[in-house]
Amino acid sequence: MNTDNTASDALTSVLQLIRRELPSVALLTRPEQLRAYECDGLSAYRRTPEAVVLPDTTEQVQTILRWCHDLSVPVVARGAGTGLAAGALPVAGGLVLSLARFNRILEVDLDNRMARVEPGVRNLAITEAVRGEGLYYAPDPSSQIACSIGGNVAENSGGVHCLKYGLTVHNVVALEIVLIDGTLLRLGSAALDAPGFDLLALMHGSEGMLGVITEITVRLLPRPEDVGVLLAAFDDVRAAGQAVAAIIGAGIVPAGLEMMDKLAIEAAEAFVHAGYPTDAAAILLCELDGTAAEVASYTGRVQTILKQQGATEVRSARDAAERERFWKGRKAAFPAVGRLAPDYYCMDGTIPRARLPEVLQRIGELSTEYGLPVANVFHAGDGNLHPLILYDANTPGQLERTEEFGGKILELCVEVGGTITGEHGVGLEKVDHMCVQFPAPELAQFHALKAAFDPECLLNPGKAVPTLHRCAELGAMHVHNGQLPHPELERF
Amino acid sequence: MRLSEDCTEALLGQVRQALSTGTPLNICGGGSKTHLGRAAAGEVIEVAAHRGIVSYEPAELVLTARAGTPLREIEAVLTEHGQHLPFEPPHFGENATLGGTIACGLSGPARFARGAARDYVLGAKLINGAGEVVRFGGQVMKNVAGYDMSRLMVGAYGTLGLLLEISLKVLPLPECTQTRVKRMGSQRALALMAELGRQPLPLTGAVWEAGSLYLRFAGAEAAVTEAGDHLGGEKLEIDTAWWQGVREMSAHFFTSERPLWRLSLPPASAPFAEAGETLIDWGGAQRWLKTQIEPEQVFAAATRAGGHATLYRDPRVSGQVQQPLSPELLALHQRIKQALDPQRVFNPGRLYAEI
Repeated sequence: MNTDNTASDALTSVLQLIRRELPSVALLTRPEQLRAYECDGLSAYRRTPEAVVLPDTTEQVQTILRWCHDLSVPVVARGAGTGLAAGALPVAGGLVLSLARFNRILEVDLDNRMARVEPGVRNLAITEAVRGEGLYYAPDPSSQIACSIGGNVAENSGGVHCLKYGLTVHNVVALEIVLIDGTLLRLGSAALDAPGFDLLALMHGSEGMLGVITEITVRLLPRPEDVGVLLAAFDDVRAAGQAVAAIIGAGIVPAGLEMMDKLAIEAAEAFVHAGYPTDAAAILLCELDGTAAEVASYTGRVQTILKQQGATEVRSARDAAERERFWKGRKAAFPAVGRLAPDYYCMDGTIPRARLPEVLQRIGELSTEYGLPVANVFHAGDGNLHPLILYDANTPGQLERTEEFGGKILELCVEVGGTITGEHGVGLEKVDHMCVQFPAPELAQFHALKAAFDPECLLNPGKAVPTLHRCAELGAMHVHNGQLPHPELERF
Repeated sequence: MRLSEDCTEALLGQVRQALSTGTPLNICGGGSKTHLGRAAAGEVIEVAAHRGIVSYEPAELVLTARAGTPLREIEAVLTEHGQHLPFEPPHFGENATLGGTIACGLSGPARFARGAARDYVLGAKLINGAGEVVRFGGQVMKNVAGYDMSRLMVGAYGTLGLLLEISLKVLPLPECTQTRVKRMGSQRALALMAELGRQPLPLTGAVWEAGSLYLRFAGAEAAVTEAGDHLGGEKLEIDTAWWQGVREMSAHFFTSERPLWRLSLPPASAPFAEAGETLIDWGGAQRWLKTQIEPEQVFAAATRAGGHATLYRDPRVSGQVQQPLSPELLALHQRIKQALDPQRVFNPGRLYAEI
């Protein structure tokens, strides 16, 4: 979908202003420079931008946004570009605003257990900066070596430890944001709450649609004294699902609880040789943390539960090296699955955990129907399912079939009471599926809220929330009591 | 009164009527929190009858209940299954409802360790300013589809819509709890709380009052015993009632007639002791101050410390006095109110005069 990329008149004017008034700001306009910005982590969607600007102060961001606002130029804010939903895909006639130069850790406040950082700082770099103090930043999305903290806020990223430690929204205490008209706002504070509406929470997962984040204050946690990891094998996916419910039912909240199905286990084992039992139908990885006494007590109890629930084998990591090996296969699951086929498509639905066996069975049926294999990796503790559909983009029609299959999986997640995206965001990828999850009044409310921040829809236009018109065209609109909402709209 | 009743249609009818006549509504649950926020005005709309737990799956750690459901009913059901609301919401009265708790965004002593009410809200169903029933979020723990409208409702004092149903994440009750008391001044207490906060301890309560620091540990028995022994100090035997007094603000400290301020500050901020009598909660992040000094001075001091203040109670003033928002932030609040409740029917003026 590489279309016309000649700059619009308005964009040309903004670029001229930047060159003249902000000569120190890096501005990329040559094709070879722009290529790196044509997609994010979802490379099936590409569009070369007309221009990329890389400011390095908040004042510059304010000035650039004000010009874009005054001249009606769309802006796509971009962090590290590791997003998986085409949320950072450039838009026609727009400017890509990269926050890559906002890469400083501004302050570590040990007494208040906080770090004030710029949005381009990598997630893992925060933990690395405070490791010597026995502290860490909890959310750990799998891309944490590369992804930026600003992008984490925009997507409300999770990770493998969010059942116990929460998502990004639970670990950020303050933000500095710039609205499209250049207004600078501070949301939240180093205190535990702030007056007025909870705009701090609202910014999380807003996908660059409401404002541009220029500073983030994160909460730091003391590193747990001890960690234990168990690996359990099951010859039936249903039993593995029941074991998860039994652990939580026993009053234990593991730090991490991950499930992989047979194809994912085989792929991971072939890739990193973690010692996984390849004859198992599913494995569970259960991490328990706390004081040494706590970990010892919980590890024993969880081992008993896993055996009672029919685990064919339960292993407990004896030391840090073995813990790492247990995790290695899970952490390498995506690239491992990537070796099985030329391409894979990662889905991100969340479902009520109890519906897992049924959902996996139906995904299996769809897999047969579409002739495309699926490996399942599951954040079992919080119900976030990542089916990975294997396909070959070079086979004509296969990408389209894969997307259709993926769409069916998302519809299934909504049908069982879940959501189309647990942690990757809607972006452009799932914008049509929003029509399945939300009826017109909810979508209208999203648009009204967006307008309160960005009345001309200049920030990341076309992403995250579909227009009612688009949903009507797709025929995916919810129908309540046989009545279509907004009958005044044309339908095709 | 019936234990479970769906009054959505009746409430929708009343809201639509109010919208058609432009009548402001004063949303009322159990009436236990009328002392919070600014003084209410408008025609009372009763939500208490819209009650009942809609779904609760202990193994899923999710509970959904109608807004009028009494908080004590929810807590009783959770206790039965060995679970609880980890943010320890204060009730402020027998009739406290879930809707009022969420609308006011209230959290108790464990807030600094386990998170606030907003951290446990997964989804909400509400009547919006267009007179429609809308649903945001859901009953799953990870959900990033659409803007987080349900968390936006927490602490909005009902100014953005009428809450009908709320889904919450719940957690297992801690295996055991222990409170230790140590005598020390506020300055030393704040330093100790900061130091303990950097250690991996199961600390879920940290309050200083009248020369004593109260530290509560909760979790696995082995960890709690170890932490208590490590810290030393005197064991507080009947600690549940003591923490209840802080949570419900029924402790002796709160009974005075002097103006009472709530300061929300970065936890390690210097003590405000010189200004008046203080109770420090949330490991230093929430401070109660009884003082006669002028509101402008308290607001300014809280701002300098990096936090904010609320004149929580003053016999000379009706309703609470919130710290003013910056003009830019107030303007955004007004635009959000305009977007979600264009006719200003939901609790106008309850949070700020302008919204």
